[in-house]
Amino acid sequence: MNSVIFTAAARLLVALMFVFSLFMLLRGHHLPGGGFIGGLIGAVSFIVYSLACGPAEARKALRVSPEVIAMLGLGIALLAGMFAFFMGDPLFTGQWYWVGGDSYETAAFSINTVLVFDIGVYLVVLGGILSLAYAFEEET
Amino acid sequence: MSWVLVMPIAVPFLTAVVAFLARSYPAGRWISLAGSVLTLIASAVLMAAVLDEGVIAAQMSNWDAPFGITLVADYLSAVMVVITAITGLATAIYALGEIPEETEALGFYALFQTLIAGVTGAFLTGDLFNLYVWFEVMLIASFSLLVIGGGKERLDAGIKYVALNLVSTLIFLSGIGLLYGITGTLNMADMRDAVANAENQGLVTVLAMMFMVGFGVKAAVFPLFFWLPASYHTPYFAISAVFAGLLTKVGVYALMRMFTLVFVGDVGFTHEILIWVSLLTMFTGVIGAAAQTDFRKILSFHIISQIGYMTLGLALFTPLALMGGVFYLVHHIIVKANLFFVAGLAKQYAGHTDLNRIGGLYKSAPLLAALFIIPAFSLAGFPPLSGFWAKYLIVKAALELNMWFVTFVSLLVGLLTIYSMTKIWGMAFWKPHPDGIDPTPDRAPPQVTRAMIVPIAGLALMTIIIGFYPEPFVQFAETAATQLLDPTDYVTTVLGVQP
Repeated sequence: MNSVIFTAAARLLVALMFVFSLFMLLRGHHLPGGGFIGGLIGAVSFIVYSLACGPAEARKALRVSPEVIAMLGLGIALLAGMFAFFMGDPLFTGQWYWVGGDSYETAAFSINTVLVFDIGVYLVVLGGILSLAYAFEEET
Repeated sequence: MSWVLVMPIAVPFLTAVVAFLARSYPAGRWISLAGSVLTLIASAVLMAAVLDEGVIAAQMSNWDAPFGITLVADYLSAVMVVITAITGLATAIYALGEIPEETEALGFYALFQTLIAGVTGAFLTGDLFNLYVWFEVMLIASFSLLVIGGGKERLDAGIKYVALNLVSTLIFLSGIGLLYGITGTLNMADMRDAVANAENQGLVTVLAMMFMVGFGVKAAVFPLFFWLPASYHTPYFAISAVFAGLLTKVGVYALMRMFTLVFVGDVGFTHEILIWVSLLTMFTGVIGAAAQTDFRKILSFHIISQIGYMTLGLALFTPLALMGGVFYLVHHIIVKANLFFVAGLAKQYAGHTDLNRIGGLYKSAPLLAALFIIPAFSLAGFPPLSGFWAKYLIVKAALELNMWFVTFVSLLVGLLTIYSMTKIWGMAFWKPHPDGIDPTPDRAPPQVTRAMIVPIAGLALMTIIIGFYPEPFVQFAETAATQLLDPTDYVTTVLGVQP
């Protein structure tokens, strides 16, 4: 698509959407958001970029092939679930470490495996959707 | 304890991830092989735990049943997991010889390991919706494996396969939704009581039929089997072997699970239908095979006819019949995967799978001929191979119920199976090669032959062991059948387990 307006607007939109996708990812679990929706928004930002500048350029912007991103995400999600093994819990039991308190209401923030799992989901969705979208765009 | 149940699923998944990242390097295939070995070890540990404690269950994420996802293994699940791991290992070895590097670079081993994880997950889950998810994992992986390597034929087969399987999945999913509407639970153990106490028993029977159709497509029973012969003769032999061995059996397993655990309210109606479906499956499958002249197409139709025996074991619904069904399930996976392996090696030697265009294998490759005879005769039910005991148990169960017609059909189908096997034997092994060439083993590179003959010999050895020493296997199947017919243990373990 050779529209100057679209290309110029895309540069701005892509960055904004991608940051928003990260915001959605980090906001998840206790508030609406999370890895799945974040991954979708992140994928859309790259799709907009590839519409504006072509799939070859978009692939370059992603640096890693989307299939690898998806598989890495799967691995991260699974390993996050398997971390529970060291705590003697069953698979996928969330492990929480609260900083400055002992629950969501009182603590300042937390370090947990749930976020790591969500990052894995984010990467799976981002990689999966993009590998489909790029394949479609390169076909035509 | 819960990790014993998790590892047979988690190991192939992790292997898939690593194998995918290493897909362009020779290391990828060795990672896949190592993963398959580890999966087999994990499955053996699970089997040991089940033999030790009976039914074991674990609640994922520490959410108690019936709200969370439960993994549960009784004797049937455990043996299916082990046999899946064995088939997976055999295929991983076989693939070393068969799969070209271009296909490996597309992520073949990642897909293959994902398939194994999906199959294992389906055997271990105690949650109906989770079962659907595993079906989807299997469907996606198997579709990709079917079309990988390209070509018009494969794509054609793949589309037929995926279209019909999607229909089955949709019926299955609607069934789950409606069943959830009636019972308010997705946990299969919890569902047993909820279904028995449901007000609208007529609707329950309707749902039972929906599940029968959904799983029936997966298991390839009459009249829903047409996707199977349309697709199983096109992919790589390693793939068609693992499909032939495992995929339809997941459907049979799901039927066995649901129609012993949940849908037992109107056995006279549902299982009567299953009997007729089984008989027609057995008969049409074997007749279809008689009309084919392609090595793999004959074998594909025989899968269908053998599926009939397994569902018949479920349909007769006596301890002996179910025992025969379980025994048949295990025996058939080993034998059928092995026959597809043999077909692949025969193609390497003789150049084709069309029986009219090959021949002379007996003279030039006597070892392969011997290794074909074992699974082929086992499939047909020759004593003392494993197939004989499997058929014997089913036929005996039918005789005990005085079902003469069922007995007659079972024996007739056995006879017709011998016809097809002797046809392959005569055309591929005995008659001279039509092109006048000698299909010597030298036509395949030695490392290819080595990688392919090892799993064939290993599985043939297992057939012989089960055949000559059936006692422990039969006893195992007997306990599995007892657990299926009286799932009190299953239900209490799932619902009562403290995390």
